[in-house]
Amino acid sequence: MTAAPDTGRAVPDRRRGRLARALRSWEALLLVVAVAIFVTNAFASPYFLDPWNLSDASFNFTEKALIAFPMALLIIAGEIDLSVAAIIALASTAMGTALQYGVGTPVLVAIGVGTGLLCGVVNGTLVTRLGLPSIVATIGTMSLFRGIAFIVLGDQAYTGYPADFAFFGQGYVGWVFSFELVLFAVSALAFGVLLHGTSFGRAVYAIGNNPVAALFSGIRVARVKFLLFLLTGLMSGVAAVCLTSRLGSTRPSIALGWELEVVTMVVLGGVDILGGSGTIAGVVLAALVLGMVTFGFGLLNVPGIVMSIFVGLLLIAVIALPKLAARIMARRG
Amino acid sequence: MERLVRSREILLALAILVLIALIALRFPAFAAPSNLAAVFNDTAILIVLALGQMAVILTKCIDLSVAATLALTGMVVAMLNAAHPEIPIVLLALLAAGLGAGLGAINGLMVWKLEIPPIVATLGTLTIYRGVIFLISGGAWINAHEMSPAFKALPRTAVLGIHLLSLVAVVAVILVGLLTTRTALGRALYAVGGNPRAAVYAGIDVGRTRFAAYVLSGTLAGLCGYLWVARYAVAYVDIAGGFELDVVAACVIGGVSIAGGIGSVAGATLGALFLGVIKNALPVVHVSPFWQLAISGLAIIVAVAVNARAERVKGRVILKRAEHAR
Repeated sequence: MTAAPDTGRAVPDRRRGRLARALRSWEALLLVVAVAIFVTNAFASPYFLDPWNLSDASFNFTEKALIAFPMALLIIAGEIDLSVAAIIALASTAMGTALQYGVGTPVLVAIGVGTGLLCGVVNGTLVTRLGLPSIVATIGTMSLFRGIAFIVLGDQAYTGYPADFAFFGQGYVGWVFSFELVLFAVSALAFGVLLHGTSFGRAVYAIGNNPVAALFSGIRVARVKFLLFLLTGLMSGVAAVCLTSRLGSTRPSIALGWELEVVTMVVLGGVDILGGSGTIAGVVLAALVLGMVTFGFGLLNVPGIVMSIFVGLLLIAVIALPKLAARIMARRG
Repeated sequence: MERLVRSREILLALAILVLIALIALRFPAFAAPSNLAAVFNDTAILIVLALGQMAVILTKCIDLSVAATLALTGMVVAMLNAAHPEIPIVLLALLAAGLGAGLGAINGLMVWKLEIPPIVATLGTLTIYRGVIFLISGGAWINAHEMSPAFKALPRTAVLGIHLLSLVAVVAVILVGLLTTRTALGRALYAVGGNPRAAVYAGIDVGRTRFAAYVLSGTLAGLCGYLWVARYAVAYVDIAGGFELDVVAACVIGGVSIAGGIGSVAGATLGALFLGVIKNALPVVHVSPFWQLAISGLAIIVAVAVNARAERVKGRVILKRAEHAR
């Protein structure tokens, strides 16, 4: 990407412009990385290109990506929700509790999604009504939601979910396409349209760039933010249904630390952590990259915690490298 | 403003006293001096970490890597002790603090020189530091029998009748108290968080001040790393997992504003003590320890809500005072 073809005269400011543009096209860079990882993996392991293996690998990222989409909107609007993993724990616990009363699969799903929605309402109320900074408020609700899961479950676990409940995490819609993969694709499309094709999406960008100006131009800032928290809670509830169905059990420590991975996915996708810019396409590519790296490391027998070092380094590098590059460019120019 | 800030800390102190009194009504032994000393001793590490976190939050930043820093330095000194029991323990403790300072400096440099948002930088180092513990230890535990007796005994050594661990907390409170109220760096911490732009015009290097805050937080976390593994006589990848939230909670409950520029050593200390009393009281009143997480979550939310209100009121009071002064 950095080796721009030299067409005739090398005018310094023009070269800088092209490079800056190349760097700005974060999605293009991600696509190259994704393809590179794909090819490397295909050469590294003969089992990688098997469609069923690839389908299995998609479970590495689908559930996290479901939350990453609304999180991207939330971060673009200048807020953050660190309680998403705790919402999964609480929603899963709620489903497990309902299971003890012998409810059927449709009710279980409704309870899981409904609990997520309710948690979103709590977060949205704290941030938009009480005016609390979202980072602390959601650190608080993160402890609260997971804390309730611990109070209910302690060191126990819920198992024995009905057989037809397994569809959401283990079922296939057709050939190798799992329900989760299809849900991932549909959500990506829906959130892509919401962010890039509606006035709501424009409002999200406007709020992230300048909330005061957005307010004065007639955008109901508090309502948009509230809806975003609601959406994030809702999708966390959906992810809770999928994850619980896939694992077939509920523990209070379910999805521990996922908030970090979701935020990493969003930031790796080119969403500015300070708000105002980012695309759903970037988040989709980031999900694919992270999923394939996890899968590739798995094939190479790399332990999960080493993988998390990689994720941490990636998170920092993704933000630091463009800044360093821009600084070096500025020094040269 | 002075009165309002002070009243907040007095309120918190009263809340702690009422809490202790309520528990003592049913379980008088809880309020016995020896038990209260034990509660303080149990909370000492949280207090020390909260002091460092407070310095960072004052500058409008946050350090989510404190617990990982603690765990990493703890593992390093535990492994050193297991391999070379002849190394003096005091040297190990100093090494832990030094290593912590280095890890804090990494955070600080990323925030200062690379201008990475603090939450992202320290979320990143949180996972990296934890991962490094796995790399150096191979996932193995350092157990009590591998540590030298002197290594484990130091935090329990009684000096002037109190445990060294408690003493460390008291000294840290005094030193950080002096730092924040009596030094130029202390003023800079408040200035940078209160209004970064104004701080620049006042000749304060914002980045360098934040760097200093991170180094302080890292140093204290490193020292606590030794204290933690020595006290619990075990070191493994996940020690103090999630403890960073307790530390942030202690600060927030103590009235340290996450928006920067507001907070005091007394507040952070009392915030930590509040959590410590709750943690120690739960088993006494026969409540499952599983309640602790939810209670501290609720305490954080209530505290932030109270902070948000107090900060609004404070703004008006300053303006009125300024007008009267003219």
